Amino acid sequence: MAVISNGTTLINAGALDSGVATGALTHIKTLTASSSSDLSFVHGASGVVLDGTYKEYVFKLINMHPASSAKMNMFFSTDSGSNYNATVTSSNFSAYHAEDDSATSLYNESDSDVAQGSTVPLIRNLGGDQADSSGVVIMHLFNPADTTFVKHFLTTDSYVYGSSYAAFSDRKAGYVNTTSAVNAVKFAMASGNIDSGTIKLYGVS
Amino acid sequence: MAIISNSTTIADAGAFSVSLGSQVLIKTLTASSSGTLSFVHGSSSVVLDSTYPIYLFKFINCHPSANADFVFNASADTGSNYNVTKTTSFFHNQVNEAGNYHNLAYQTGNDVAQGTGVATLSRKIATGNDDATSGEMYLFNPASTTFVKHFMSRLKANQNISAQYNSDNFSSGYLNTTSAVNAIQFKFASGNIDSGTIKLYGIKDS
Repeated sequence: MAVISNGTTLINAGALDSGVATGALTHIKTLTASSSSDLSFVHGASGVVLDGTYKEYVFKLINMHPASSAKMNMFFSTDSGSNYNATVTSSNFSAYHAEDDSATSLYNESDSDVAQGSTVPLIRNLGGDQADSSGVVIMHLFNPADTTFVKHFLTTDSYVYGSSYAAFSDRKAGYVNTTSAVNAVKFAMASGNIDSGTIKLYGVS
Repeated sequence: MAIISNSTTIADAGAFSVSLGSQVLIKTLTASSSGTLSFVHGSSSVVLDSTYPIYLFKFINCHPSANADFVFNASADTGSNYNVTKTTSFFHNQVNEAGNYHNLAYQTGNDVAQGTGVATLSRKIATGNDDATSGEMYLFNPASTTFVKHFMSRLKANQNISAQYNSDNFSSGYLNTTSAVNAIQFKFASGNIDSGTIKLYGIKDS
């Protein structure tokens, strides 16, 4: 049964009509950490969509809290998560401000750059020593299913740095240097577990 | 009454069952020589609690009455006091209209170290009729009673210090409290918000 109002079809064939405006951001999947070694989004598994359905995907990491202060890394896969070893080149710059006002800086954080490697240091030193420390990240991944171009990504984050009580923010830009489709993304601490935190995947229409 | 099409439930019990998109407009405030624009949970239909894990503010052509920084503060008591402790960083990238000045720099005068005063989002907005600042700010999980509350912002400004600049302003940091934050206030550090619009969106949980 179609629902038609004033001559305009609103609902038909089990769905909203394509002419009905909805938001352009579609929630795909939420993963929640609980002393987890990693959180992985694999296309086709557990309701995850990470293919040509959307030209842009957005990962939102909310209050990531590690078992102990450490780097949080990101990995890409072209074989549905069997191997997280896709090659990446990326740059990073950071700004920080110590809570005691003793230090500030804006600088190229070359330790977090990647030159044809497969481990992307997403958060340089995510604080876990204090119970209220955490980090947040927004990561845009463009057209992962493309088989012509490399796959670009952009990240912005805010976090409590290690145990040093500083507000850190990194901005990263790079590309997965492959013409194979990227179909899985993994997040993990360099050491220890992700104590708690939520990662949400959205598709942008 | 449910609306069912092709055996698929489209709406039931007063709500849509199908996705209407994950970014939901909550509230629009429009300035008119306003001293402040405030989003207070529970007031004037504003939602700023655990309903959404992420909130997004969009600033559209905020125009000052006086050359001043565009700033914000947060409240943990529903707007009675805007004085939440925060640590923030601030940097900008500038070019002047003459094209002979380029500057990417941290601004120590615009950050906050465990202060309760305002935090700068955009610096020294010019007052010409066509000058304003626009951009966005994400606020994460303001209702958390476990973690600090992170924010990240980027606002573009027409800036006037000794000359006219295009300025790209970046600020981020955290509201250093484990109390729920339930109100956010925006203003210019001096003078009024002559005109402009601020929109609050919720990013859905599922």
